Amino acid sequence: MDVSLFLHYGPSLASGLGVTLLCWAAGAALGVVLGFAIALLRRLPVPPLRWLLRALIEIVRGTPFLVQLYLLYDGGPAIGLRLADIPTGILALGIYGSAYFAEIFRAGFDSVPQGQIEAALSLGLSRGAILWRIRVPTMLVAIVPALTNMLIILSKEVVVLSVIAVPELMYQVQSMAAETFAAFETILALALLYWLMVELVARLGRAAERRATAFLRAA
Amino acid sequence: MKLQAALDALPYLLSAAGTTLWISLAGIALGQVLGACVLLARTARSPALRRAGAVYVSFFRGVPLLVQLLLIYYFLPYIGIDVPPLVAAIGALGLASGAYVSEIFRGSLAAIPRGQAEAAQALGFSSATVWRRILLPQMLRISTPALVNELILLLKASSLISVVGVTELTRTSHSFAAATYRPFEIYITAALIYLAMNLALAALGAVLERRLAAAG
Repeated sequence: MDVSLFLHYGPSLASGLGVTLLCWAAGAALGVVLGFAIALLRRLPVPPLRWLLRALIEIVRGTPFLVQLYLLYDGGPAIGLRLADIPTGILALGIYGSAYFAEIFRAGFDSVPQGQIEAALSLGLSRGAILWRIRVPTMLVAIVPALTNMLIILSKEVVVLSVIAVPELMYQVQSMAAETFAAFETILALALLYWLMVELVARLGRAAERRATAFLRAA
Repeated sequence: MKLQAALDALPYLLSAAGTTLWISLAGIALGQVLGACVLLARTARSPALRRAGAVYVSFFRGVPLLVQLLLIYYFLPYIGIDVPPLVAAIGALGLASGAYVSEIFRGSLAAIPRGQAEAAQALGFSSATVWRRILLPQMLRISTPALVNELILLLKASSLISVVGVTELTRTSHSFAAATYRPFEIYITAALIYLAMNLALAALGAVLERRLAAAG
């Protein structure tokens, strides 16, 4: 195996890494925003809305990401949704992630002690102030590990986008593998790179968790 | 919407769902064997074995399943072994789930009071007997709900093996979607079949959990 091959394919690998990071960041951002909106809507006292959102979450969590991706990419045009490959990938990641993020936010909201809310009410805080100054910050501290975990899961789902020819890292590596006949080495290199990336994100997540919970130890 | 396309494909999709189910079951069965081996390595006295077990778990949880799948798919011919894609696919699912299952087993091992193994040792049981008669049976019971959950994850992940040409549910729906020009209807049907299988497994898991809790 010639290491200079990696230099020759450097530009396409770098652009693949760029697309991977873009899809990951944009998909995760979309997922967090949608998931947060779903978690807030589920708190409204409107039972049919709750059932609908619960059903949507169950459907997204109960079906494979690849099938959702095919549905969006191949089936989308049939219902008038025509998107280029990268936006399709980002939308698919966002929808997929939103169901999991919504559950994480819900569990986070549930973990806020009721006594804090009662204390805030008795101090005369408005509903909005209670949500944004008490519920949301307390919830965010509690969900840092779960958020990190979901971000890692999403980063690993980005490679699935190669199936619909999104030119992310996996896709570039596969075309490199096909052209050089060095399939095993190139994919091994990709695996090692991913392993490093995931370990790095996991470490950053643990550092974020320590920072977010520092006030608990200071007390 | 043309439901006819979905109805025509339904018998084939259901039969392919059977393939998906048995491949996932084979994958988790292999995963349980590997998971138990990894746990034994991680609780061994030798630091090298413990380290190897930890690296295994970190690698197979850190690398995307699709990458692992292609790695195995290309690795076997590389070392001169020629196996059908189905075998490579089950192997990949088993290797990956082995990492998750070993973590599940580790959690359930921690849930068994240490005194039990110590008491057995004091009574003169060999270390192998302690595992076989005391720890493993209880671990299986404690870990059943988590294992059902892992099976659900594996069932969804098994859709990826369609990429290496195994004709399970996702691959079959892909062929029908292309042949009938009705991708929307076909993929919705496939998604509903996956959902039905997962809900059924989740319900089974809830029943098992109640049964096992009652027995304890």
